[in-house]
Formats: sequence, C-alpha cells, structure tokens
Amino acid sequence: MKKVKKLKKIRDLKQLIEQKEQERQQETRKVIAVSAGTCGQARGALEVIKALKKSLKAAGLNDQVVLRITGCHGFCEAEPNLIIYPDRIFYQKLTPADVPTIVEETIKDGRVVEKYLYRDPVTKRRVWYENEIPFYQKQKRIVLGDNVFVDPTSLYDYLSIGGFRSFLKALEELSPENIIETVKKSGLRGRGGAGFPTGVKWEATRRSPGQPKYIICNGDEGDPGAYMDRSVLEGNPYRVIEGMMIGALAIGASEGYFYVRDEYPLAVRHVTFALEQLYQAGLLGKNILGSGFSFDLHITKGAGAFVCGEETALIASIEGKVGEPRQRPPFPAQKGLWGKPTCINNVETWANIPLIIKNGADWFSSIGTRGSKGTKIFSLVGKINNTGLVEVPMGITLREIIYDIGGGIPDGKAFKAVQTGGPSGGCLPASMLDLPIDYESLTAAGSIMGSGGMIVMDEKTCMVDVALYFLNFLRDESCGKCISCREGTQRMWEIVKDISEGKGKPGDLELLEELAIATKEASMCGLGQTAANPVLSTLRYFRHEFEAHIYEKRCPAGVCKSLIRYVVIPEKCTGCEACKRACPTGAITGTRKDVHSIIYDKCIKCGACLDACRFEAIEAQRDEAITVIKEVSI
Amino acid sequence: MITMKINGVEVKAEEGWTILDTAKFYGLEIPTLCHHEGLTPYGACRLCLVEIGEGPKAKLVSSCTYPAEEGLVVHTDTKRVIQARRMMIELMLSVAPYSKTIQDLASKFGVTRMRFKIRNEECILCGLCVRMCAEQMDGKAIGFQNRGYQRKISTPFDIRSEECRLCGGCIYICPACQLRCQGPQEESAICNACLTMDPTCLDYYNELQCWMYDAGRCGTCVREKK
Amino acid sequence: MSTSQNLNLDRVQEIVERYGHNKNKLIAILQDIQAVYHYLPAEALRQVSRLLKIPLIDIISVATFYRAFSLKPRGEHVATVCMGTACHVRGAPRILEEFERQLNIHRGETSEDGKWSLETVACLGCCAIGPVVVVDGEYHAHTSIRKVPMILSKYRK
Repeated sequence: MKKVKKLKKIRDLKQLIEQKEQERQQETRKVIAVSAGTCGQARGALEVIKALKKSLKAAGLNDQVVLRITGCHGFCEAEPNLIIYPDRIFYQKLTPADVPTIVEETIKDGRVVEKYLYRDPVTKRRVWYENEIPFYQKQKRIVLGDNVFVDPTSLYDYLSIGGFRSFLKALEELSPENIIETVKKSGLRGRGGAGFPTGVKWEATRRSPGQPKYIICNGDEGDPGAYMDRSVLEGNPYRVIEGMMIGALAIGASEGYFYVRDEYPLAVRHVTFALEQLYQAGLLGKNILGSGFSFDLHITKGAGAFVCGEETALIASIEGKVGEPRQRPPFPAQKGLWGKPTCINNVETWANIPLIIKNGADWFSSIGTRGSKGTKIFSLVGKINNTGLVEVPMGITLREIIYDIGGGIPDGKAFKAVQTGGPSGGCLPASMLDLPIDYESLTAAGSIMGSGGMIVMDEKTCMVDVALYFLNFLRDESCGKCISCREGTQRMWEIVKDISEGKGKPGDLELLEELAIATKEASMCGLGQTAANPVLSTLRYFRHEFEAHIYEKRCPAGVCKSLIRYVVIPEKCTGCEACKRACPTGAITGTRKDVHSIIYDKCIKCGACLDACRFEAIEAQRDEAITVIKEVSI
Repeated sequence: MITMKINGVEVKAEEGWTILDTAKFYGLEIPTLCHHEGLTPYGACRLCLVEIGEGPKAKLVSSCTYPAEEGLVVHTDTKRVIQARRMMIELMLSVAPYSKTIQDLASKFGVTRMRFKIRNEECILCGLCVRMCAEQMDGKAIGFQNRGYQRKISTPFDIRSEECRLCGGCIYICPACQLRCQGPQEESAICNACLTMDPTCLDYYNELQCWMYDAGRCGTCVREKK
Repeated sequence: MSTSQNLNLDRVQEIVERYGHNKNKLIAILQDIQAVYHYLPAEALRQVSRLLKIPLIDIISVATFYRAFSLKPRGEHVATVCMGTACHVRGAPRILEEFERQLNIHRGETSEDGKWSLETVACLGCCAIGPVVVVDGEYHAHTSIRKVPMILSKYRK
C-alpha cells in the first residue's frame, strides 16, 4: 500500500489537489484501466493484469503506458474488460493469451483489434468506444462513473479527479445548517431501501441532545442479488468517506463507523487501506488540517446476518450483541449507538453527498422525478443478456432498463417477471414494464425500490418456487423474537412448500394470504413487516400459477421437481450420449446415434441431463403419473 | 406528564411509561403473555398489539414496548388488532397445544381453528424464563440460541449449566408449564371448552364496543358460536 | 470427529488483549479466533467469557446467531455454494445437490475423514457471474452441474 505525506494545513490539501489534478490533465501517456473488482477477479482479471505487466515490460513500454487497476466498471457480462485512454477503446472478455496482441497492435501501433470489441447482438456491428456501447448509453453514471478513473487503493488518484474539494467547501464555506439545507433541498432520499429524506434525518440527529454523535455507513447489503454497494466500496471508497466527513461536519459527529458485510473481503480491504491512508495524510483524526474538526472513522465487519441491515440491529451488532432489532421510537437519531444520537445512511447515499455539495442542490434535483430525485444504481442480474450494474435517473421505465440497457432475455426466452427490493420486495410482471422507477410507484405496484437488486426472470422460472425461495431465506434470517415473523415465515414456507410438491389443497391460498397479512401487521421491524411482500406480490400477479400447482398438480415453468419429469424429445435427440454421461444414477439408456430415453425409477431429477444437452432435446414436462394417481384416489 | 388518548378517552402518563403501563394504570385491559411485572418488556408474543395513529398511516405496535408519546392516539380492540391477535394465538397453539394458558386465550379471543401442522415443542420462545433467570435470579444459565425458525432456549452446549442453581424460576414463570391442559381434541388441537360466546358488534363496527373490556362476559351481545 | 482436548489457548488471550479487553469487540474477537482455529472451540468460548467477563450464555447467543461462526470443527477444504436470488434463478439448488452427491454430505456438514465441509451463503454479491461457488477462498464463476467434479478435483490432489 502506497504511503502518503502528512498534510498539516488546509492550503496543503488544496495545493495537493491542484497538483494531482494538473498531473492528470497533463497526462500524455496512454492509460489502460482494467476492471478488477471481486467479479472481475473471479473471471481472471488478475491473470490478465499479470500478462499485461509482462508484455508491457517486454515491449519496453513501462514508461510510456500507465496501467491502472481499478474497481468494477459495471458491465459484468463483459469481464475481464479494460478501457484504453484517451480514446476509451473498450476491450471485453479477455484472457491472458489476448494480451500480447493488444499490446502489440493497439498500444504500440494504435490499431484496434476487432475481435476484442463489444459486438451489438442486434446490429451485429462491433462497437469501439465505451460510451457507444448500448449498455452504457442510457445510464447516468454520476456515482459509479468515476470507478474507471481511480485506483481504489490510491488517495492521490482520488484527489486527481477533484476528490475532497467538496469536503473543503463544506469545511470552509458552508455552515452545518447550510450543508443540511443543501441536502434537504436536493431531495436525496435514503438509498438503502426505505427512501427516508436524508436531509431530514441529518437535521433530526443534529438537533438531538447528547454527545458524542455518531455516523454510520450501512454497508451490509444483505439483499441477495444486490451488489451495488460492494462495487462502490471496492472501487471508490474515498468518495464514500468524503461523504461521511461532510455528514459529520453537518451533524456535529466526532466518530463514525463503517459496517461492511463479512462476505465482501475485498471491500473490507479497500476501505481499511483508504482509512489508513487518510489517517497518514492527516485527513482523519484530531484537528484535521488545523481546522478544529476532529473525526475518527473505524471499520466493523458483519458476521453473516441479513437482519443486521436494519438500523437498530446494525447498532446492536456494532455493540457486540446479537442483531435483534428494537422498538422505535426512540429512533437512532435520538438514541442510537450506545444511546447517543446516531445517523445511519447507506453507502450509495453517502456517495452522492460530495456530488451534491460540489454541483449544488438544484443540479441534483433536476435529475429524476418529482418525488424521487437523482440516480439509482441497480444490479441487473438473472435471465438477462447484459448483466451488470446500471446507474439510471429515477423515472426511467423498467422496459428501458431491461431491454435498452439490459439487451433483453437470452436464448430467445420470454420475459416473465422482474424482482426488485430483495426479500422485502415483489415480482412485477410484463404488464408493469412501463412503470417508471421511483419509490412511490414501485410501492403502489406491490414491490419496493429496495437497495437496488433487480432480478430478471423468464418463462422457465416458477413463481411458486420464487416465493418459496424468499420465504426460506426469511425464515432463516429472521432474528426470531416476534412470533409473527418467526412462526409466520415458517408456516408460510410450509404451505408454499406443500404447494410446490403437489400437496396443495383448496383453502391454502386463503390461509396464506391471512397469514401474510398477520405477519405484516404484527411484526416489530422491517424484516417481518415486509416478509409477506414476495408472497403477496406473486399471488397478486401470478395467482394462476399457484392454482395450477394446487388444482392441476402442474408446474407451468417446469421447475418444481415433484410435479415434473424429464423427457427426451425424439425429434431433437442426436444420440450423442452427453446426457447419459452426465447422469449420476445411470438412468438414461440408448446407444450412440440412437434416441435416448430416461428410466423414471432411477431418475432423481437432478437436471444434469438437461444441463448437458446441447440440442435442447430434454424437457421438463408435467408428470402425468402424478395426475393419474390423484384422479383415481378422488 | 404525557397526554394521550386510549379508545377515545384522554389519559395522562408519566415519563418513561409504555402504552401498556398507562392502560394498566387506568384499568384498561390489554392481553399479554410475555410481559411480567419485574422483568424488562420484550415484545415477543405480540398479543399486546394496539393500533396507533389514524387514517392510512395507522399501524400496530406492541404496547409493552412502545413508549407513551404526547398526542398519541391509541385503540386497543380494532378489527385489525383482533385479527392479528387471533393469528398469534393460532400460531402459539400450533407449537404448544398442551398449555392451558394458551388454550384459555384461544377461548377468550374466539380462536376456533388451528390450521397448521402441530409441532409439540411446548415452547413459544416468549423469553420469560431467560429474563427471569438473568434479571430476577441473577443466574444467566439459559439464553436464546440460533435465530429464525431454528431459534431455541437452552444452556451453553445443551449440557448441565454450571450457573444453574436449580431455583425453578424458569419453570415457575413459563406459560406453557404453569398450567397444563387435560388434552385438546386431536384434530383441531383446540380445547375451546370455555368458549361459548362471540361479540356481535364487530359485524357493524371496526372496534369492540364493550366498555367493560370483558368481551361478551356481561352477556348483552352474545350469540352462540356456530 | 475428535478434537484435541488440549487446544493451545494462548492465541485466545492474545486476541482479547489486542482488542483491549473491550466487550463491544466480541464479534471481531470471535472472528479472529475462528480465523486461527477454523471454528470456535468450546474451550475458547469459555476462555473469552472469563477474560471479557461476559456470561458464557451471552457469548453462545452471539456465536450461534451469526452465520459466519461454526461451533463444530470444519474440514480442511470448505466449499461454499452461493444461494442468492440470481444464483438460484440460474440453478444453484441443483449445483448444491451435485456437491452433496459428490462429497456424500449434506449442507452444513463435514465429511467423516475431515477433508471437506459443505456450506451455503445467502449472497456473495457476485450475481453477474453466478452460479458462484467458493472453495478455500477461491471464487468459481458460472458453475454448472458438469463443472462440479472438475472443481473438486482441483483441490483433491
């Protein structure tokens, strides 16, 4: 980790920022920015980087090229990817073997190598530049955009893009009340999911009697399918810290905590480095830059509990206790960490603050809708062509995100539903595709904004299975205090499990709804209060699917194991024996070039055959055997 | 003093009181199970739910933990409250059907169906035993372990605890152990021996009209339960 | 699975001291202890209770509440299958089943010979490259039923 010089006075920081900004502007060398967040690394980005270092050295180009290892660029589908500046040529899906060609042709000779470029699936044309790729075009990457410009382990990189100018403005030119007014006027709402007006929260914390005051960054990001905060913490931790320092000035807090999920080791490392560098530079600690403002910032790790994303449970966790939420009022703004006034905000919320201070409240509120200002980062995953992190202005429609940015559903399948808001949210069907994304409209439709997870599902996804999945998650993650949540989620899960196994009976859906409402009404915290959403929204839009499972003992999507069996389609089978080899129980017969068939007594429905077949010759069909037996018994 | 309204009646509470404390002071009955004088309130059983606020923002909260607030509007027996309360009792019956305390609650609040698979755990995880051991007996021998559907109360490592002084406080206070039932009907797991009445006013009002808080006991509004 | 009764508990003392005997740091202390012993031995928990003056039952409450902790010894290799929503939609349950078949244990268990533990996690935040499996800290992207034996053989040398 690079060492940094200690800064003693405000003007030292100003000079350093100017110096670093100039160095960047005057940079004439080519810069290769390689996306190396956790996903990029899992896909082999580190090996590509190693190969680049080797090739550049061998070609004697070390002094002429800057190799910058950055955080996530957002287009996960294309990783490992890199961008070459100043032209912003985007090369995707690279392996170490591709590197020598890139160095030789593009870096040395300035020629673009077509096969590494992104290829538009519709026009079939290759796209040279990052900002012409459809995935990026409709986005407004005010928060994530800077990931490509900085090495997240370098304070100086952050300064070179104007980092900490907003902090200086807040320190020297604005009073705490000014800062709060600006944030209130901007219309920024909490990005963790609840959407509470940030400025109002800050004001309440400032006004509460009691010292010391604390601020907390909620980096628990427990919603499965959401990883926006991970990308921001890994790729630009200084931005978040700068936001927290501005918040501390506004609220009058002298100490802060990062709470980062245990499952994000790289984010924990990068935040830890950033804090160390800032202490070294004298930008954290006592009497920062001689201004009289003191601020200590620590990092705490989570330990695997979704409920610790809830404010009061998070506070309990920092205090070393079990993550059991407690009754509010009093709210954390009045009595939070160790009984003192505490302001908790989400990572993305903090990351927006320096931009609001820099560009003004009016700039921020000019983006978005009347009730929901600014942008929101979503993780677009599941059955979608362009998986990745998308940052869009509020008010954009689901259709635009899924089709224009996401590139639609792969393998020619039909769109079925999009799940937003994680386990507290709901599934929205095709009829809701033109819904504009904002807090209120999502809630009215039966889902919520949530932290930003957006999981796309196609015709092969079973909504009963989705409801079962979320109920299983919730019954495990519930802290277990309130009987309404603990038993409620367990009993809802039992009913849906029976339905998915063909044991559903008339009256089940009515009982499920009654139980869902009781869980929602009677539970104390957000987890229990929203636990019913996945069930209620799937019942609202996909009731027919539940009914098919109950009355016809049929799973339309072909997912629920008890209701399907795998069948070989004779016309499509080429006799290649791939399924036979994949089968763990030897349940497939048939010789080479002969149509294969499945022996049902031996089949354990693991799906390995369907997975192995390259000709789509195996299908999950309704198990006729079940229906026959049930009819006879009636 | 804090001024609030409970069921339309203006009441005054001291600083630090909960809604339940205030109601009890005025003799207004709110059912409880995991609450006990002398132990810190916990809010696990959800029986003491009341509806606070008015209009679309009204919500249910546990009165044993919710602090008395200036200007708070509280209703103790609205339809929402009663429906939620009944479901809580139904859930409790499904795991502890041999507890007379819970069977009596079922009778009192008109719970006549138990539609879930019975799990004879005899424990509703109300936490009274844990708090009794910790706060009154200074033992700290038992506590909550795990979370969610796997939550349980036990000693460390499920073996004889060195801290346990065999005082019997946990057994004394346990609502499932206190009074045992003779045995409910097999199929429904509900006894209902004491249940004969069902207030009729809920057909017409959103709230129990009974001013004596003894739903149906005075007999004026009863009808035979079908 | 037998465990050594005479576990060297000096490291526990060291860790508690490093955190200044601060009760608030209980979770971080337990995480560091688990990093050393690969699980939380009962004796270590008793030691922490004595050193921090926290009742043992409270420590057990914390240790059993958070999924990151294991009170049972784990295998030499730990395979963790991500069961997040995006991975689920892409077939994670079937992949878990394949691991169970290949290793002959259920999720949450450790094999008889102490070589393998199979665990699940609610979400790793790598949804774009799902289904994801982590073995000994190494991430495997786009896992499929077919790839499972290949992944396991990498660590079985």
